[in-house]
This record gives sequence, structure tokens and C-alpha cells, in this order.
Amino acid sequence: MEGIDGSGKTTQLGLLAKWLSATGHPVFVTEWNSSALVKAATKTGKKKNSLTPMTFSLLHATDFADRLLYNIIPPLKAGMIVLADRYAYTAFARDAARGVDRRWVRELYSFAVKPDVATYFRVPIDVSVDRLMARRVKVKFYEAGLDMGWSTNAIESFKIFQGKVLDEYDRIVDEYGLSVVPAMGSITDQQRVFRRLVSQHLQIEQSDEQLEELV
Amino acid sequence: MVVGESSGPVKPGSYYGNAIPYLPIAGYPGRIIAIEGTDGVGRSTQIALLREWLEVQGYGVIETGWTRSELMQPTIDLAKGSNTLNKLTFVLLYATDFADRLEKEIIPALKAGFIVLSDRYIFTAMARAGVRGVDRTWMRNLYGFAIAPHLVFYLRIDEKTLIRRVLQSRGMDYWESGMDMKLGDDIYESFRAYQRALLREYASMADEFGFRVLDARRKIDVIQDELRRQIGAFLAESDASTQSRVEA
Repeated sequence: MEGIDGSGKTTQLGLLAKWLSATGHPVFVTEWNSSALVKAATKTGKKKNSLTPMTFSLLHATDFADRLLYNIIPPLKAGMIVLADRYAYTAFARDAARGVDRRWVRELYSFAVKPDVATYFRVPIDVSVDRLMARRVKVKFYEAGLDMGWSTNAIESFKIFQGKVLDEYDRIVDEYGLSVVPAMGSITDQQRVFRRLVSQHLQIEQSDEQLEELV
Repeated sequence: MVVGESSGPVKPGSYYGNAIPYLPIAGYPGRIIAIEGTDGVGRSTQIALLREWLEVQGYGVIETGWTRSELMQPTIDLAKGSNTLNKLTFVLLYATDFADRLEKEIIPALKAGFIVLSDRYIFTAMARAGVRGVDRTWMRNLYGFAIAPHLVFYLRIDEKTLIRRVLQSRGMDYWESGMDMKLGDDIYESFRAYQRALLREYASMADEFGFRVLDARRKIDVIQDELRRQIGAFLAESDASTQSRVEA
């Protein structure tokens, strides 16, 4: 699941997980930037504002590699459905928005497993800002792109940065064929679209198995 | 572009591959001199002597070396202490350390006209990854943001001498024995196999990256004289061409 902050993808992921579990599909959830391995370095770097776009990118790739080997590949081998709250596309979008070479970051992540379904929750910036404000989320330094020095105002900087991230996502959607879910509608409507998308894929797999049995 | 691809050797002082777009480095007056080689070849001794010699001549010098970045040192130390690292995260932690030092130390020094003496460079990372079976093309792309040094000296040593020197100095450790590769339970055998494989990796990079190979079994001062002769010749030539550019 991809999308900028405030796109509602985490909510949608939670609801999808509920549904999959209820229908007998074992689920494993993994979140972007959640491995213990680089937590200390990321924290130090963020606290001192000493991360550069390159070290920011590489720390996230390290986090991803760690999770790939411990949290993504093993559940896949065990036949589970891995739900990833952000995947390599987040790096493609954010790192490029920070000025890292697009080809370089794509090659960097070439060790990633290609997802069976990649969904992008597309939302205009104003909607995402309104949602974050409503939840009284304090926009953090790097999430707001304040490291780039485009604006000293956090909200202003957030809008500029996320605008660039959205542009990158638009490229990525075409390049990698992500399924776009318009994320302005009601939570239930979005979830309906999302489930339809995922069930199409699960049915394809099921019919493959049925075919194999027939043979 | 992939490192070492078609278009011939990369110009010293420029990026090997996909550049850091926000950090143009063309025309920076500094120089990078890398001293490569396995453990126990006397790199730090040679670098200390070189620094002294260069500074006496009036060159500004800074030193850099692996895991010395403020950002990554604690994490790398901690990760090596636990056994949760795999070859991919191992490689990426070191690449992050390199990126931090490149942006915070090396590039500013090049801009200001320093000579950067690098105690090992990306080739150590490549050799270690190569031994562990990490994809070569991927590694070269990863380090595409590295800057090609002006000179790379490879202090070469044979397996037997290397083993004796390491045992005499600080002894074998888990990673330098390749114990993570599970080559066997016998740490000595694992160490030997690992170091032998490392030497092969370095040798395989010599042509691709234009190593100047020096026999590290000779006496310290003999090696130092050779380093000074080659560096002196290089600096005389590049200073002369800078001078003529300025006059023109």
C-alpha cells in the first residue's frame, strides 16, 4: 500500500487485514522503517538533523533489507499474505523528491521482491493536510521535508515536499503499473474498491490452483 | 552507468556511476589517495608517514576510514556484536557509513583543496561483498555515487604472511574470519578460506579500478619510499597542469 501521509492507507490496510483474516487468509503486516537494526542511527540522525538525502535513502534501504529477510520472505514462504504499509515505491518517490538519482535508487532496491498487488491511495495535498490537522498530528522535520530548506514553515514545507512526492508517485504508477484507489471518498467506499481489487487477485490464484488440480 | 562499463576508466575525481545530483563536484581542486589492502599490511603506519611528509611540503591533509562516521559507527559496532546481520544489511550499513563520510568529510575537503588519505576505500566493501556472493553489478551500482580516487595503492600480501600478521597483531575476529558464512566450525580454517577469497577479490579488481600494486612484505620504509615516489610524481604533474591552467 502506497500513498502520502494522510492518504488513509494505514486505515485501509487495517480493514483489509480484518477481512482477509476473517476469510481464512493468514496475514502478516510489515511497516516501513520499523526494523530495530537502524533505529538508533535514524533517531540520532533525525535528532541532530544530520541526515543527507543519500544517508536517509541508504538507512531506509537497510531497514527494508532487514525486514525483507526477517519479515517478508519467511511469511511468504509460509504461504501467508504480507501486507506492507509502504514498500520500495515510497523510497523511489521520497528519495527522488529529495534529489537522489532516480535510476540509482531503483537499482538499489532491485533485491526487493516484486509485490503481487501494489495499490496507490491517491489524495490531493490539501485533503491530506486537513486529515493530519484534524488528528492533530505534528508534522515532523523530515516528513515535512524541512531538511531541504524550501520553507521554514512546517505546513508550507510539507505541501511543497509532498507535492514533489505526488509527482514522483505519478511517474511510478505508470512505470510499475500500480493500481490507483482514489482516496477522497468515504472509508467504506475506498475499502470496497480495495477489496474488489485484492479479491480479483486472490481468485486468479485460486483458479490457477483449480486448474492444476484438473490437470 | 555501471562502474567500469564500456566508456573506459572513469576520470579521477568524478563519480563512478549515477552521481549525487545535488552535489556537483567537477573542478574541485582536492585529491583522493586511497590505500587499500587486507588487515595486517600496515596501512595505518604508511598513512601516518605519508601525512607527515605531505604536510611538511605544505599540503593540507585529511584522513578518512571505514566506520568512522558519526552517524553509523555505534550502529555498525552494535550490529556486528549481535548475530542478526546478513550479507545485504552488512553491505548497506557500510554503504551508509561511506555516504555519510563522503558528503560530510570527503567532498568538502576536495572542494577546499585538501588531499584526502583514505584508509581503505570502496574496494574493501566490494571485496567483502564479493566473497559473500553479493551480486557484482548491484554492488557497482550501489557505489556509483563514490568518487574515483586519483590514486589507489593496493598493498598486496600473500596468504601465509597475512595470516601470521593478523594472528600476531589483534587475532582473528568473527567477521574477519568469515564465520557468518558458516564455512565450518574451525575458526582457523574459516579464517584462512575467507582471507584467501578476499585476496582473490582484490586481485580481480586491480585492472578494473587501476590499482597500483605494491608488495607489502617489504620493510616499512621501503614501501614508504615507493609511495612517496609515485605520489610525488603525480602531484608534481597535476600541480604543473593546474599552474598552466591558471596562467593561461
